[in-house]
Amino acid sequence: MALSGMRGLSVFISEIRNCQNKEQERLRVDKELGNIRNRFKNEKGLAPYEKKKYVWKMLYIFMLGYDVDFGHMEAVSLISAPKYPEKQVGYLVTSCLLNENHDFLRLAINTVRNDIIGRNETFQCLALTLVGNIGGREFAESLAPDVQKLLISSSCRPLVKKKAALCLLRLFRKNPDVVNVDGWSNRMAQLLDERNLGVLTSSMSLFVSLVSNNHEAYWSCLPKCVKVLERLARNQDVPQEYTYYGIPSPWLQVKTMRALQYFPTIEDPNTRRALFEVLQRVLMGTDVVKNVNKNNASHAVLFEALALVMHLDAEKEMMSQCVALLGKFIAVREPNIRYLGLENMTRMLMVTDVQEIIKRHQAQIITSLKDPDISIRRRALDLLYAMCDVSNAKDIVEELLQYLGTAEFTMREELALKAAILAEKFAPDLSWYMDVILQLIDKAGDFVSDDIWFRVVQFVTNNEDLQPYAALKAREYLDKPAIHETMMKVSAYLLGEYSHLLARRPGCSPKEIFGIIHEKLPTVSTPTVSILLSSYAKILMHSQPPDPELQNQIWAIFNKYETSIDAEIQQRAVEYFALSKKGAALIDILAEMPKFPERESSLIKRAGDTEADTAELSAIKSRAQQQASNALVVTDQQPANHPPQVTQLAMVKIPSINEENNHVDQEVTQTNGSMGEGEPQNGDILGDLLSPLAIEGPPGVSGTETLSEDGALALAPVGEQENAVKPIVDIAEIFHALCIKDSGVLYEDPYVQIGIKAEWRGHQGRLVLFLGNKTTSSLDSVQAVFLSPSHLKLELSSVPEVIPPRAQVQCPLEVVNLCPSRDVAVLDFSYKFGTNLVDNKLRLPAVLNKFFQPITLSAEEFFPQWRSLAAPPLKLQEVVRGVRPMSLGEMANLLNSLKLIVSPGLDPNANNLVASTTFYSESTRSMLCLVRIETDPADRTQLRMTVASGDPTLTFELKEFIKEQLISIPSASRPAVHQQPQPTTQPISLSDPGALLAGLL
Amino acid sequence: MIHFVLLISRQGKVRLTKWYSPYSQKERSKVIRELSGTILSRGPKLCNFVEWRGLKVVYKRYASLYFCMCINQEDNELEILEIIHHYVEILDRYFGSVCELDLIFNFHKAYYILDEVLIAGELQESSKKTVARLVATQDSLVEAAKEEANSISNIIAQATK
Repeated sequence: MALSGMRGLSVFISEIRNCQNKEQERLRVDKELGNIRNRFKNEKGLAPYEKKKYVWKMLYIFMLGYDVDFGHMEAVSLISAPKYPEKQVGYLVTSCLLNENHDFLRLAINTVRNDIIGRNETFQCLALTLVGNIGGREFAESLAPDVQKLLISSSCRPLVKKKAALCLLRLFRKNPDVVNVDGWSNRMAQLLDERNLGVLTSSMSLFVSLVSNNHEAYWSCLPKCVKVLERLARNQDVPQEYTYYGIPSPWLQVKTMRALQYFPTIEDPNTRRALFEVLQRVLMGTDVVKNVNKNNASHAVLFEALALVMHLDAEKEMMSQCVALLGKFIAVREPNIRYLGLENMTRMLMVTDVQEIIKRHQAQIITSLKDPDISIRRRALDLLYAMCDVSNAKDIVEELLQYLGTAEFTMREELALKAAILAEKFAPDLSWYMDVILQLIDKAGDFVSDDIWFRVVQFVTNNEDLQPYAALKAREYLDKPAIHETMMKVSAYLLGEYSHLLARRPGCSPKEIFGIIHEKLPTVSTPTVSILLSSYAKILMHSQPPDPELQNQIWAIFNKYETSIDAEIQQRAVEYFALSKKGAALIDILAEMPKFPERESSLIKRAGDTEADTAELSAIKSRAQQQASNALVVTDQQPANHPPQVTQLAMVKIPSINEENNHVDQEVTQTNGSMGEGEPQNGDILGDLLSPLAIEGPPGVSGTETLSEDGALALAPVGEQENAVKPIVDIAEIFHALCIKDSGVLYEDPYVQIGIKAEWRGHQGRLVLFLGNKTTSSLDSVQAVFLSPSHLKLELSSVPEVIPPRAQVQCPLEVVNLCPSRDVAVLDFSYKFGTNLVDNKLRLPAVLNKFFQPITLSAEEFFPQWRSLAAPPLKLQEVVRGVRPMSLGEMANLLNSLKLIVSPGLDPNANNLVASTTFYSESTRSMLCLVRIETDPADRTQLRMTVASGDPTLTFELKEFIKEQLISIPSASRPAVHQQPQPTTQPISLSDPGALLAGLL
Repeated sequence: MIHFVLLISRQGKVRLTKWYSPYSQKERSKVIRELSGTILSRGPKLCNFVEWRGLKVVYKRYASLYFCMCINQEDNELEILEIIHHYVEILDRYFGSVCELDLIFNFHKAYYILDEVLIAGELQESSKKTVARLVATQDSLVEAAKEEANSISNIIAQATK
């Protein structure tokens, strides 16, 4: 304890340690905090030693997890103390207590800067350490030049220099603009000549960061890196103190190899040869040794060398050597090596075509799925998922199913999802797929999300061949004494739809089917009861000729539930009862569900989302809903003879802003994904049953929430229907046009024309609205108000209340893009003409692509970036179906018009497009975005899209944005829907899978 | 890069925390709670890596103390594992066969030493000798200041007698 040198502090720590329980500890801490607070208040009497002691105590308390909401000032003020001991404490405690977002830190910038530029080496070190550890943007802007000066100064000693290098690295991370690329490439090269390995290690870290951002500028450093590797790995030319268990600075070796991975290729043959010689030496010369640390260190280098070989990929010979090594690693006893072997195999699958070789290790990988270590099992699961194809899907999925029984809870959901995806993707035949999913539900019902069973229903509905088999299987599972509720739902649904296909089999008469389902009714929850009621109605409809006994039984049940406390159940019971009395009409209404339009599996989508945390997910969800509501709104010009109906109550009114005539009275209806106005004859009954469908949610969104109020945000509520004045232009069309050009008419009606002109620069835009009065009398009560989404800052200069006759007023508007989002700002524009109040909600074309700046990348620039953004959430991939058919050229034009510049020839496959752009917003600053679209020449309605950027939100938003541009919007095809014979609509409700599916996908 | 360093005792007591990425106090407590739950419950003979919230935690147990460092998924795990050991060796040399008590009562020393090993979540110095020398210099600076203060106070004390 003597070392602490501070008796008061030691005593305090001892007392805390002696506390018997948490409560005592808290009392002691509170007492001490009170004491410190008092002492700080009467600061005058506080000797430096005391102040130091209290600040330490504060840090200790803070470290124990208690809030310390005062005294920060004292800690910060110690930084400006003249003497080293106080200064040291001030710097250290400040850097522990505060983070870069703390306002207090600003107070210290000047002192810190003085210490950095001052002559005192020890003060320099303290200041650089603080900035390196918690410096934020503000520090970056004000201190970067000074830190750079230190780093290149010849008089600066190693102990300062290495800190300056890492300090600059931090500042660069906070704001890449602080390092001027042109000036730095030469200096960086010089820094890499450094002999002192401490300085070189720090400089190499800095270099890794610089080169990951822009390797073009640093080609001259490449040979230097290879030299460093030669010096370390080949010549072993390092002072003794820089070897670690006999290995010449393994950390520096790893960092250097990491830096090299940011260069796309190595052109110079000599450099290349030298590097490969080193790599070969590492791959061959690394043996397993007894000493753990030596082993770890040498394998750290080895795995980095493997990654570098994978990246350079040239010598196929070395590649196979790598696979062989990895094959060896995944079978060793050392768990770390086993883990890394699996991890690197998965990585390797992504960069090169080694699937066949890796398949040889399948048995070993499956063994790892049973490893006692969850980290290893996770890796094995990922690898199995990545290596699965048609040839081994059966084996792998079976293993996954088996593992499901013993897997820990935290993994089960992911496991179930992955098994379901693989089963769907690689099913050798449909019945196998069915078996797998039912087993999945049977074994791990709790972990099978609704998406999975919705998908089954969709699959079965769309594959007639599968229907009898599915019904049979469902029937078999119902024989089990205890079955999971999800199984109950899916079985009841399938049997309701398809049990008549089994009618001739023993035990499968309508009556028996009904009996076995109904037996379970007392055990299921309310939402499932609704599904069961639907099944009963269907069974009843399918029992031809009607069986009076069954009919009475089922009617009795409907009667019973007519008074159910649950509105959904009650409604179904009432309606099914009424319907079933209608005789033949019942058959039309309850006929089999029509096929679902083919869509991307929501499961695959979900798999991509699993990384994102829940908050983000729900945000994504609500945004996607927003988008969907936009896309799905259909105007319903109500026929005059259509009497007001009950249905309207249940209908969700979603006012639309993008409809041609601003018709307010719009209702959302939807059958299995197709859009249409309800058929007049049965619309009155079905309307309300259908309505939940429409509010279900957008394509591909999991979950069953209904469209909440914020979901409709993008659609500003429209007031009463008083707009007698109709626009004379197609507002929706105009908006789309304005999304890709910068000036034009935004709105026009007989009295008013609104023009818009925009200039975009980085994350800012300057727009001018031209409000023109076309008439010969003045327009009054002119109002223009923005409903801006949170990602845009809009400043509209004042709009005059009156526009004189035949005059045009200009209203400048400043736009600042704060963060990436596809939400659209809405302009609420209203005026009075005579007695008419005209009110319009207009979307402002300040959309995502306005903040793009075109950039064309060469292959050398593109690929390292592409690779460095390796995985979700930075890189997202999605298969998009229902794409508006267009030629590749048209698609390229579309992308180019959105300022996503297509680089022809970058992708070796002529059916693919690769595009890039720079996105600007305040939060992301300039951010490179990369897009790859792989099209299928055989089917132009689907494609696979991969989007990458350095910001997860941006990647997601950009992906969705492009998708919106590519997908055909159904509202446009409304007239076509009219002509099609309406598929017989079904009573579907919230918990009906069909309804959910339609909404889901 | 290393996002944070945690030292947690087997009983779940925090012995040192250092955050190189900005986490608010609330987030910090949450991270510690979650990770100590995950890591302390792991048996021996498992690997030293835990996947956590899209990041990776490399940890190693020394006697009653767990040293944990959180890194990005694509970082080199073994390299970090040996940074932990490097730090432990330096602590060991400084305290002379370090034990948990040393770190409890001299937590500030542990912080000083860490600052000589890592900055900005990156390795700063891989030579144990150099780190030891720099820490010793700092200690002597503090000592010198103390003596000076003492002598001045002596003078004042004598003068006011």
